[in-house]
Amino acid sequence: MNYISIKNNQTISLSDIPESNYEWFYDMNLDLVLGHTERHCVNYFGYKVGNNVKLICCIADDSTHEILVSTCLVHKAHALESFCTQLLCFEKFEREIHENFGINFIDHPWLKPVRYAFNRDDMSQTMDNYPFYSIDSEELHEVGVGPIHAGIIEPGHFRFICNGEQILHLEIQLGYQHRGIEQLFIEKKKLLQRATLAEDIAGDTVIGHSTTFAHVWESLCGFEASRDIEFARTLALELERMAVHVSDLSGACTDIAYQLGSSVFGRLRTPIINFLQEWCGNRLGKGCIRPGHNQYPFTPALADRLRQVLDIFEPEYNEMAGKLFKLSSALSRFERTGVVSNADAISIGAVGMTARMTNLNRDIRSSHPFSLYSELNHFPILKRHGDVYSRVQIRKKEIEQSLNYIRKLIAEVPAQPLQTDKLKTPRPNSFCLSLVEGWRGEICHCALTDEKGELMHYKIKDPSFHNWMALALSVRNNEISDFPICNKSFNLSYSGHDL
Amino acid sequence: MLSFLLIILAAAFFTGIIIRTKSIASGRKGPGLFQPIKDVIRLFKKGTVYSETSSFVFRIAPTIYFSSVFVAMLVVPFGQSKGLISFNGDFIFFAYVLGLGKFFSIIGAMDTGSSFEGMGASREALYSMFAEPAFFILMGSLALLTGHTSFQEIFATLHLGSSITYALGGLAALVFLMIAMIENSRMPLDDPKTHLELTMVHEVMILDNSGFDLGLILTAGYLKFAIYGAIIFNLFSGTISYGYAIPMFLVVQAFLAFVVGMIESFMARFRMNHNAQFIVVLSSVSLLIFFGALLVSGKFI
Repeated sequence: MNYISIKNNQTISLSDIPESNYEWFYDMNLDLVLGHTERHCVNYFGYKVGNNVKLICCIADDSTHEILVSTCLVHKAHALESFCTQLLCFEKFEREIHENFGINFIDHPWLKPVRYAFNRDDMSQTMDNYPFYSIDSEELHEVGVGPIHAGIIEPGHFRFICNGEQILHLEIQLGYQHRGIEQLFIEKKKLLQRATLAEDIAGDTVIGHSTTFAHVWESLCGFEASRDIEFARTLALELERMAVHVSDLSGACTDIAYQLGSSVFGRLRTPIINFLQEWCGNRLGKGCIRPGHNQYPFTPALADRLRQVLDIFEPEYNEMAGKLFKLSSALSRFERTGVVSNADAISIGAVGMTARMTNLNRDIRSSHPFSLYSELNHFPILKRHGDVYSRVQIRKKEIEQSLNYIRKLIAEVPAQPLQTDKLKTPRPNSFCLSLVEGWRGEICHCALTDEKGELMHYKIKDPSFHNWMALALSVRNNEISDFPICNKSFNLSYSGHDL
Repeated sequence: MLSFLLIILAAAFFTGIIIRTKSIASGRKGPGLFQPIKDVIRLFKKGTVYSETSSFVFRIAPTIYFSSVFVAMLVVPFGQSKGLISFNGDFIFFAYVLGLGKFFSIIGAMDTGSSFEGMGASREALYSMFAEPAFFILMGSLALLTGHTSFQEIFATLHLGSSITYALGGLAALVFLMIAMIENSRMPLDDPKTHLELTMVHEVMILDNSGFDLGLILTAGYLKFAIYGAIIFNLFSGTISYGYAIPMFLVVQAFLAFVVGMIESFMARFRMNHNAQFIVVLSSVSLLIFFGALLVSGKFI
């Protein structure tokens, strides 16, 4: 077969990735994913090589814990056959390639702009002339929401086509947050600048993205992270997961106008993020994770402090969660609202919580373990119904799971090694892929270096990239007044998508 | 005259109590009792911004809305003392003068041309439409029972016959409380605190109003609550002397505000399509009162 199989966080030579022509590449990747729910595409992107574009496709296999990487060289002038005719989950990737390089895909159903990258191929496509799907009808009406929203959230435009109160179709137009992060990774030459950039990909997944970047960089430099470094990362990831999940529960309560839940969960997030501040000086964990060294070693004193915080947190959390999940008026809003079926989740390539709520087992912590997760023996929490209730329940269960993991982790704080390795320069002509399960889902960073060992291309995929489509599907045939609770229950990132 | 003064007094603290109750229930200190009034005074001092797409309808709507509520307030009696306006059939006048105000607030919202406000207007119209039969069946039954057709006479003579009328009064109080919730867009039908346009009913209709106009609409809202509180109190106060009735009135109003605050703190709001079902239930409770009235007055075989 014309692919190379690698492990998570493994660096390989660019020349080791077997190159084939597009027909081979197409048939092979189709064969790999079609009918195999344990395999999904974690990244599929292109980069310029002279006048040509080199496509790299990375398929993760959850059962063998391998990532199958293949590549092919194409030219802009030739239209390519679209994966979407058989595999819809490539839809977003192909749109992105189309937007960035102007490559046309034959039979692609929805070849619309993704994020209006500043260096896109066709500059005539702008926010103002986005080709919205519309229905010509006297009975139906359109409702446009955003890009400026009533709450303190990021910008994005939602266009509903409704029949009275019922939503028939939702189209989401993003790109307002585009900052050109991927390009900045290449332009900024200092490691600190790049690490800070990684933190700014999505403000609510600071630790997720900075950990992924750290893994990519260390792997490129051939650096073996010591146990205390990986310990800090695992702990920080779980703390972040807890904090965001709790605040999402608060958000869900706000959207169904359950004031008690909204204020209690809102308050419960504070001790967790305040602890992050005690540890690393920032409530969102900025500066906590850096490639190559342990910026803020986790000491036994901090462990004691965290234990105290959790001892207060846990009973209060359990009491409030118990109340919320017994409150009939809340359950009547959660249940059977915003359903995404398992088949839909597979076809759009959903990841993270969005996949797990439909009984689709996608969790990098168990399928491609990194840091200390292989020791934690992680079992993903799965729900079957795919409704708001499933999403809220997953959050509740994952908070409990994270609590356990954190207690397990801090029972044994690893000591600081006396001698630490220095970070070398990255290997030239290499490719590295790193997967991390952030609180929202799988985060994928890919880095390519040139012959001097400089970054040549950096590709980021936030879990929101695919999951936005799940939101659009979930609200169909629901009432438009249930949109906010559906949206909150996914809590997707605008800036993570727009980069 | 007495009811006029008392309703204005009650309106001054009613919303403050709701907000304070909610704040304390969620562990916050909350604003002062008169903060809503201070907000309105601040708004009255401000100028108004009008959208270019709106016409004169949008400009006159808030004033008509406020005056309709104000006139409706004049009809409400207090125990034995009549309201400033009182005539036979004044409860029909009461309902439709409020209806007129609502009509203008609805077309005022539609006038802005915003899809949100159109949705809010359609919801508001639907809910008022469902609530109307409940009000008329209820008031009609009370008129049938007492043989009078003005608010003051109905309330003054309601409890002269048997004590079963107190049971009917209890049911009627429930219906009026719920109508008050619908008319004022409170929980569980609407969430006055929400910032989400798509889920709003009343709030979304006034998104474009600002300054003085917004102040008028908010004041009308405060008055409305106190008006319904006064009607509920009237159901029981027919023969009580003023010395007791006036303090009791204030206590009942404060209690109602407290109940509203507690409901809003400890439950989630209904799904939008359950609202209509819920409102229709009120009509059936009114029918129950109707049969009760028939039984009491011996008109039922």
